[in-house]
Amino acid sequence: MTDFDPGESASIVSVTDKVRSIAIGAPVSAVHFLKETAAFVGSEENIFVVAGEGEPTPIAVHGGGILCAASDGKRLLTGGDDGKVASVDAKGEVAVLATDAKRRWIDNVAVHPDGAFAWSAGKTAFVRGTKNQEKPDQEKSLDVPSTVGGLAFAPKGLRLAVAHYNGVTLWFPNMAGEPEFLPWAGSHLAVTFSPDNKFLVTAMHEPALHGWRLSDNRHMRMTGYPARVRSIAWSAGGKALATSGADMVIMWPFASKDGPMGKEPAMVAPLKSRVTAVACHPDQAILVSGYEDGTVLMVRLSDGAEILVHKNGGAAIAGLAWNAKGTLLAFVAEDGEAGLLEP
Amino acid sequence: MSELTSQKIPVTVLTGYLGAGKTTLLNRILSENHGKKYAVIVNEFGEIGIDNDLIIGADEEVFEMNNGCVCCTVRGDLVRILDGLMKRKGKFDAIIVETTGLADPAPVAQTFFVDEDVQKNARLDAVVTVADAKWLSDRLKDAPEAKNQIAFADVIVLNKTDLVSRGELAEVEARIRGINPYAKLHRTERCKVALSDVLERGAFDLDRILEIEPDFLEEDDHDHDHHHHDHDHHHHHDHDHGHGLKHYHDEDMQSLSLSSDKPLDPQRFMPWLQNLVATEGQKILRSKGILAFHDDDDRYVFQGVHMMLEGDHQRPWKDGEERLSRLVFIGRELPEEAIREGFESCIVAR
Repeated sequence: MTDFDPGESASIVSVTDKVRSIAIGAPVSAVHFLKETAAFVGSEENIFVVAGEGEPTPIAVHGGGILCAASDGKRLLTGGDDGKVASVDAKGEVAVLATDAKRRWIDNVAVHPDGAFAWSAGKTAFVRGTKNQEKPDQEKSLDVPSTVGGLAFAPKGLRLAVAHYNGVTLWFPNMAGEPEFLPWAGSHLAVTFSPDNKFLVTAMHEPALHGWRLSDNRHMRMTGYPARVRSIAWSAGGKALATSGADMVIMWPFASKDGPMGKEPAMVAPLKSRVTAVACHPDQAILVSGYEDGTVLMVRLSDGAEILVHKNGGAAIAGLAWNAKGTLLAFVAEDGEAGLLEP
Repeated sequence: MSELTSQKIPVTVLTGYLGAGKTTLLNRILSENHGKKYAVIVNEFGEIGIDNDLIIGADEEVFEMNNGCVCCTVRGDLVRILDGLMKRKGKFDAIIVETTGLADPAPVAQTFFVDEDVQKNARLDAVVTVADAKWLSDRLKDAPEAKNQIAFADVIVLNKTDLVSRGELAEVEARIRGINPYAKLHRTERCKVALSDVLERGAFDLDRILEIEPDFLEEDDHDHDHHHHDHDHHHHHDHDHGHGLKHYHDEDMQSLSLSSDKPLDPQRFMPWLQNLVATEGQKILRSKGILAFHDDDDRYVFQGVHMMLEGDHQRPWKDGEERLSRLVFIGRELPEEAIREGFESCIVAR
């Protein structure tokens, strides 16, 4: 703990000695849980799975860079610069779900809990596995006006949000009729529905979020970040949206019907380093934040109490994840230095 | 861009009007035995014969930034592609971005000024423009894109010189110099140019803004120069070698050079420069300067693209080095008198 600068607070509780350190040995961009197995997404070619007390096992999924990943806790989907959409399940079984005809980069993937999945290449979003009665494995696609920046399934029904330049297109792949367009000037990247299906939020290319209340499409501007927001996570029950991009976690309130309209965000876990990743406990009001200097903090949202999970000094934290039960926490830095914790 | 420059991946932007020979130059770069690996970003994916492992198709999506600045545009696709390429760090040494013949180089360059993630990983090395010796003069008349590409260039590869007479070559060179006297110009057939003349130029590296001098051709049979000399504003034209030496002032695209051997007042100069690019930035394509400030023993250097500026103290003035401030603007319909007057007002009276 000698390197750790706790800032204002005089001391901080540490659980760093309970963390099981893992060296992936390759650059990593994200981590997800497949049941109780941690799956670290390499920057290139491999997923590295760590089950129980085992060592990381590489699983080859792409013949090049891995550009995106999404998981529903049962399987992990990845898109690569080899034009493929691949999936890995908790047993480590790999499937190639789709191959782009022109071998274009797969920029985004999304998973629906019912088994449907989506991906994008260039300006086209694709959906498959939609449980369509007649053709269950039919591929459907939608072209949007510019390159797709992000994809997200709505929590209810088969509805896909496709973020792009100057807005978001909401598409019901199984229904006829024109998709709905939510305009807002600028380039929209990551997109997410609130768990109650009432709000849609995008992380923009500029350092800001934009939100829409879906009942009336009212706009919510969430600005003031010093850097682009790259990591967003809904807190337990969808009460707040935790975001990276500042030197503290910015939490936008979504508990009321007006969401963050006219409200100030909560600011938690400030450090003298920029937040690069956030993850929320699935049931409890607990947040984990990762920083550019390698620090990982666990924060109790009720009172802001912080616990040190990983001290600073390493590469920037690239990914954080909880398993579905909330009994396991995984973190990983860009250089592949990772850790597992049973809090 | 100076700090950590060496660790950042250099990006060369290859522009040029349709048919000038961009693809020929690109293939020449890729096929030469240099032992380097390039990632190539092209606009018409799969439709042109480029032999390279890492080729990425781009869509030339020009995005406006939400900052109230109309000319502050970036290439959204480039942000995304560079981000994706960084997943494969170590697999390539440099990046070449080939634009369409109709592209404006400014959004590409501005991407490197505006985007934090791009800045962290990559640096703009130079804008290289391939021009067709036979047709450029015509395109400068009818295609504003061609003129932009010449004005923006750090390096101009004047290609297909075997298809024109000496007189025609002198004519097209004079037209290029009327727009941009500062770019390095290389005459080629089939884009035969030394790679060191187009790659690793460091044209946007503040530490390498060593001199702001018009480019002179080394071969004496084409030598001519066309100075805008210092703030006295007298033109002098050297016609050393007697033939084919026409001088053009392009009707709407010019370069403007200012200099002073008296120190500048930073309290006046910086607000003036910032205001100038804020108000006239749409007209100013490129700007560069080496400045000697009053009571400051360090050289200050800056460069800009439209409204975006970056600058820093570079190094101490050397003993015996003349403390000369020099600025260059290349742009369209530049308000020359107003710029000169503004600059003069920043000079510290002795």
